[in-house]
Amino acid sequence: MKFVGKSVKRVDGIKKVTGSLKYVDDIKLSRMLYAAVKRSPYPHANILNIDISKAEALKGVKKIITGDQFTKRGGLYLEDKNFLAVGKARYQGEGVVAVCAETEEIAKEAVALIDVEYEVLPAVTNAVDGMKPDSPLVHPDLADYQWAPVFFPEPGTNVSNHYKLRKGNSPEAFEQADIVVENDFFVPHVQHVPIEPHTAIAQMDVDGFLTVWASCQSPYAVRQALSAAFDVPLNKLRVLSPAVGGGFGSKAGTTLEGIVIPLAKACPGRPIKLTYSREDEFQNAYVRQGLHAKIKTAVNKDGKITAVQNEFVWDGGAYTEYGVNIAKAAGYASAGPYDIDNVWTDSYCVYTNHPVGGPYRGFGMCEIHFGIEQNLDIIAEKLGITPVEIRRINGMKPGGTTGTGEVVSTSGLMQCLDSVVQDIKIHEKSKPTSPKKVRGKGIACGWKAPSMPNNAASSAVIKLNEDGTAHLLVSAQDIGQGSDTVMTQIAAEVLSISPEKITIRTGDTDHTPYEWQTVASRITYSAGRAVFEAAKDAMDQLLELSQIKLGIYKRDLELRDGYVVSKIYPDKKVAIADLAIGLNFEDGSAIHGPIIGRGAFIPPNIRDADKKTGLGDHPVVFWTYGVQGVEVEVDLETGQTKVLTVASCFDVGKVMNPQLLEGQMEGAIVQGMGTALFEELILKDGKVMNPSFVDYKIPTSDDMPEMIIKFVENPEETGPFGARGVAEPAMVPSAPAIANAIYDATGIRLNTMPMTAEKVLAAIKARDAQNTE
Amino acid sequence: MKKIIEFTLNGELVEHAVDVQKTLLKMIREDFDLTGAKEGCGAGECGACTVIMDGRALNACLVFAVEADGHDILTIEGLAVDGVLDPLQVSFIENAALQCGYCTPGMIMTAKALLNENPTPTVEEIKEGISGNLCRCTGYKKIIEAIQFVVEDQPV
Repeated sequence: MKFVGKSVKRVDGIKKVTGSLKYVDDIKLSRMLYAAVKRSPYPHANILNIDISKAEALKGVKKIITGDQFTKRGGLYLEDKNFLAVGKARYQGEGVVAVCAETEEIAKEAVALIDVEYEVLPAVTNAVDGMKPDSPLVHPDLADYQWAPVFFPEPGTNVSNHYKLRKGNSPEAFEQADIVVENDFFVPHVQHVPIEPHTAIAQMDVDGFLTVWASCQSPYAVRQALSAAFDVPLNKLRVLSPAVGGGFGSKAGTTLEGIVIPLAKACPGRPIKLTYSREDEFQNAYVRQGLHAKIKTAVNKDGKITAVQNEFVWDGGAYTEYGVNIAKAAGYASAGPYDIDNVWTDSYCVYTNHPVGGPYRGFGMCEIHFGIEQNLDIIAEKLGITPVEIRRINGMKPGGTTGTGEVVSTSGLMQCLDSVVQDIKIHEKSKPTSPKKVRGKGIACGWKAPSMPNNAASSAVIKLNEDGTAHLLVSAQDIGQGSDTVMTQIAAEVLSISPEKITIRTGDTDHTPYEWQTVASRITYSAGRAVFEAAKDAMDQLLELSQIKLGIYKRDLELRDGYVVSKIYPDKKVAIADLAIGLNFEDGSAIHGPIIGRGAFIPPNIRDADKKTGLGDHPVVFWTYGVQGVEVEVDLETGQTKVLTVASCFDVGKVMNPQLLEGQMEGAIVQGMGTALFEELILKDGKVMNPSFVDYKIPTSDDMPEMIIKFVENPEETGPFGARGVAEPAMVPSAPAIANAIYDATGIRLNTMPMTAEKVLAAIKARDAQNTE
Repeated sequence: MKKIIEFTLNGELVEHAVDVQKTLLKMIREDFDLTGAKEGCGAGECGACTVIMDGRALNACLVFAVEADGHDILTIEGLAVDGVLDPLQVSFIENAALQCGYCTPGMIMTAKALLNENPTPTVEEIKEGISGNLCRCTGYKKIIEAIQFVVEDQPV
């Protein structure tokens, strides 16, 4: 292949290194107004009265809106959300009143002049407590809400989804097991921390057309949600996402768009802009859901796991319109990448008065694997076998069955394991840099499937130009992962023209075709397949015309370097430029017209699982498997853990662009390391205590480990050139691999993330104190 | 209240009446429409707003615009001369040292200032030099490699 599988340079590179790419916050429109939001200081409080009189009187204030003017609820899977609080605030920082004014400063000043009277309510600040019968209710009206039929809310409680998986006979398997191991794990809220905070602009034209510029991953899903929430027909609602400065899931759904739209409706003709501050980003955009996990495993002396029983309690925060699906995804993945006959899982999404939980890279998998993969090491130790051996015995192989009973046809997990074992030299100990430091190595497996509706669709259009160049139109968003480049490579490969001759355009619901969402590690696979089909369609049209032009059967023609060429007589050819607008005959007549390739794709044969048991033979499109091995050095005096080396190997089906893929894996490893070692949204009585970079640290260049990145390529049958997704799976094993390495180094097992220096040191001291007693 | 200041912006002398409350970042973004420098935190913690003043990198969100008076300001837009990319910009593309691109202008300006001061930094010095610029996408490895590449590629 000429372009696929090659390190083609980023097509958006020059725009990004010159600072000329316009992100939404860079857009300045004439007569633009600026919005600011009055937010609840309480995590749970009834709104008794809102006095806007002083703010209204301020010069330059254009419009003030309150939640009770927009009571229609919305949401992706469960309609539980309002964009401004209606009746009561459910988390500290929830928007209560929005203002737009001539300048940002005036808007903020106006917000300060608004008086809101609250009646403070008892708050739910722990998901496990939130499940107790006497808990206050975050959504007392849950029974009246609408939801997709694959979710199971429990009205009258804080449970917004109860997912069940019942495979085989777990109770019996536990009775018969040689060893049973049970452990609890906790993963706190973290934030995605895209360097670009959320931002949106909305403009309502006098003729009823609404335009929204949003830093969003999924313009079509945003259009759908906003259309439903504000009763604007889809043909009159245009969503543009010109560039996204990092998403990681946080920009997958709708957040602040719903605040600027009502303001825009109230000020026809004037664009309204709202940009989140970093503090907003930490508490008012999505956060990753917290998880309380109980994992119980039955195992025989030969190392074979016979059953698992899991209870996952997700801290979903104030609204779980998106989060209910994380509980579901974690549920069907709950056995981990292991072939286990008996699986019993209850996964609960629970409302709390915490910031809104939402999709974050991994979509539940990073969180559950923190427990699954540590539990496995604990079992291995009890059995007297190595962490590698227990994974070899139980790891998913082709022909194995998943937790839902799906028979696996493709799994490169064992190849990945072999690769990582070798690269991290798991069985060799290296010397620490000082006698007060210790080193250890750990390993963890991971898997993930795209968590999406069965009918999540993609499409692509390719327009050939008169000079033989082309335009590729898709709505898959390049949020940094490099999709613009990979989509271009796919089109270039099929059409046999160089990537420089293809211009990709994305992110405009009026002009680029449908894409469900840029989430779920599905873009290379699904949008890539649509691009592949569009290019094939264009190719087919070119061959049809060439068959007439050259008098050679289509089957004997192929595209080569901008020409349609005879496979048999290579000198017989016609330039695609000459066919781009149709085929011209010698008598001056012409046929066909412009070549426009159309590609559409829905993953085939994905079926709903059984509602009672969760079992299903093909509930997800594919599973991506991989392994990470880690070497750490722990300072026994400070508790500080330094990740020295990470070896990673994933089965990606097909490496589309080695350099970009490597970069994505490296980013995932470092992001995973941050969540493992120090990232945590610290909440006290529902209040976010560290909403700034001073108090919430993410990894810097100083924290970067050595990274060894490898891939295996067992093709995905329905993917373009065999590719499957890996953006999220890449991060899944990071935290447990580090936890297992810390244990190897120190003998200390930490069941709570993040594994901070303080926690490690406290555990070392506690153990030493016990040993001296 | 506004004050008239005079400074060099990307090689051109400019005279500008600026609100004394405005930060340098807001001025270059809002008044000059140079939006390459970004506001990632507004508190000098992320480096997305990095520009170069008199050869040294600084967080434009922490400096009042009036402080530019009499100084030389270089933003990412001024780095490529006559459409020819700076070697660092070329290297960032060649080494895939960018993903979403939001930190990229600040990262490149920090690297530029670092190389101005120390044309042959070690890897450790590069790591240290860019440690005030946050990137959430790349894991930093390819950024460090891109800077190293320019160091190694220099004529001796």
